Amino acid sequence: MSSHQISVTINGEQHTREVEARLLLVHFIREELGLTGTHIGCDTTSCGACTVLLNGAPAKSCTVFAVAADGAEVTTVEGLGNGGLHPVQQGFTEKHGLQCGFCTPGMMLTSKALLDENPDPSEAEIRWGISGNLCRCTGYVNIVKAVQRASELMKENSDG
Amino acid sequence: MIPPSFDYHAPDNLEEASRLLLANPEAKLLAGGHSLIPMMRFRLAEPSALVDLRKIPGLSGIREEGGSLCIGAMTRESELEKSELVQSRYPLLADTTRVIADPVVRNLATIGGNVAHADPGNDHPAAMLAYRASFLACGPSGERTFAASDFFTGPFSTCLEAGEILTGIRIPASGPGSGGAYQKFERKVGDYAVAAVAVHLQLDGGRVAGAGVALTNVGLTAIQAGAAEAALVGSDGGDAALDAAAEAAAAAADPADDHRGSADYKRAVVRVLTHRAASSALARAREAS
Repeated sequence: MSSHQISVTINGEQHTREVEARLLLVHFIREELGLTGTHIGCDTTSCGACTVLLNGAPAKSCTVFAVAADGAEVTTVEGLGNGGLHPVQQGFTEKHGLQCGFCTPGMMLTSKALLDENPDPSEAEIRWGISGNLCRCTGYVNIVKAVQRASELMKENSDG
Repeated sequence: MIPPSFDYHAPDNLEEASRLLLANPEAKLLAGGHSLIPMMRFRLAEPSALVDLRKIPGLSGIREEGGSLCIGAMTRESELEKSELVQSRYPLLADTTRVIADPVVRNLATIGGNVAHADPGNDHPAAMLAYRASFLACGPSGERTFAASDFFTGPFSTCLEAGEILTGIRIPASGPGSGGAYQKFERKVGDYAVAAVAVHLQLDGGRVAGAGVALTNVGLTAIQAGAAEAALVGSDGGDAALDAAAEAAAAAADPADDHRGSADYKRAVVRVLTHRAASSALARAREAS
């Protein structure tokens, strides 16, 4: 068993901690830093509730050791809006892209990364893009509408 | 679920990584971690130490060189998915990559991990057999190269020696008249295949001059279906040849009854998927002629 000093930038703020090698990134985020917007769902790399952006790309934080995130930049749902609501959050609000809300933080982070790469995705591209994030309430219909709305809002913002 | 305790090392060169593996016989290499970490959480794997490859330079990248497509072992699946070179010239690899796990997993999962983990349910091994790929490794015996057909010795087992590390993959460069396809049948996104079939074809003057056919998750390792390849080689790719290849592939499959279906059902799936994959590979090879 080994412990290591790591330094991870989360939502723009650098955090340095001594961690045991087996500590998972999701536990580091929730328990060490108290950022409980990142959820633990299946605990088996399937559901995507724990999705964060790791150096800009969606990653299941239940399947990353915190020690391996040393030096990384992480964005959690708490860092998405930067004070206000991010267009993705606005889209999920307007289109009610949730019921219980458990999958929502991960779903929004994956959607943000999808729209950063592909600002105008088709419905099929959205469904494909979020296929690693499971929602057991909505049947995805409103989630797809929320991502489409976020895409519109991001275009309006960039045009304006 | 909390994984068992282990010592963590992140060396910055291969020699040190190899030395750490030899010094800790129960150590495991950590690449993307998306097979290993779940296994550790279920306590199916309890390595005494992890040797993380992330700081070792030169293990990642995709390029054509010396008649081969060269892929670093630490190349992420998402990099293959976004590679113009792979998407435009290596359709079998492109097909395979996009059905591995799910898009979030593919941001961290690596091609080298998928190959070296040697899970019979993993998708790259069959594609590598169909491509006649070779694997580069580095370790106590220096640099060694293995044919994909020699590499997989059993479930989760390869011919890599203690301290030996898979560093890269070589796929014969795509030329005119070559094409391939991967057909996977899965119950849901992210699942392992009920069965899957990789086909790679080389056409010459309208006839099949070379064929690779290999099967996923219907045996203890990925299976190269030699009789299916023989049924295609020399043919014009007509229905009779495709039917014969599909029958031969189904006969080569050695599936077990499990929660994904009965052995008979999986053989039937292999038959259908072989026909579809060969048909798609032919169309792509003709387009590339």
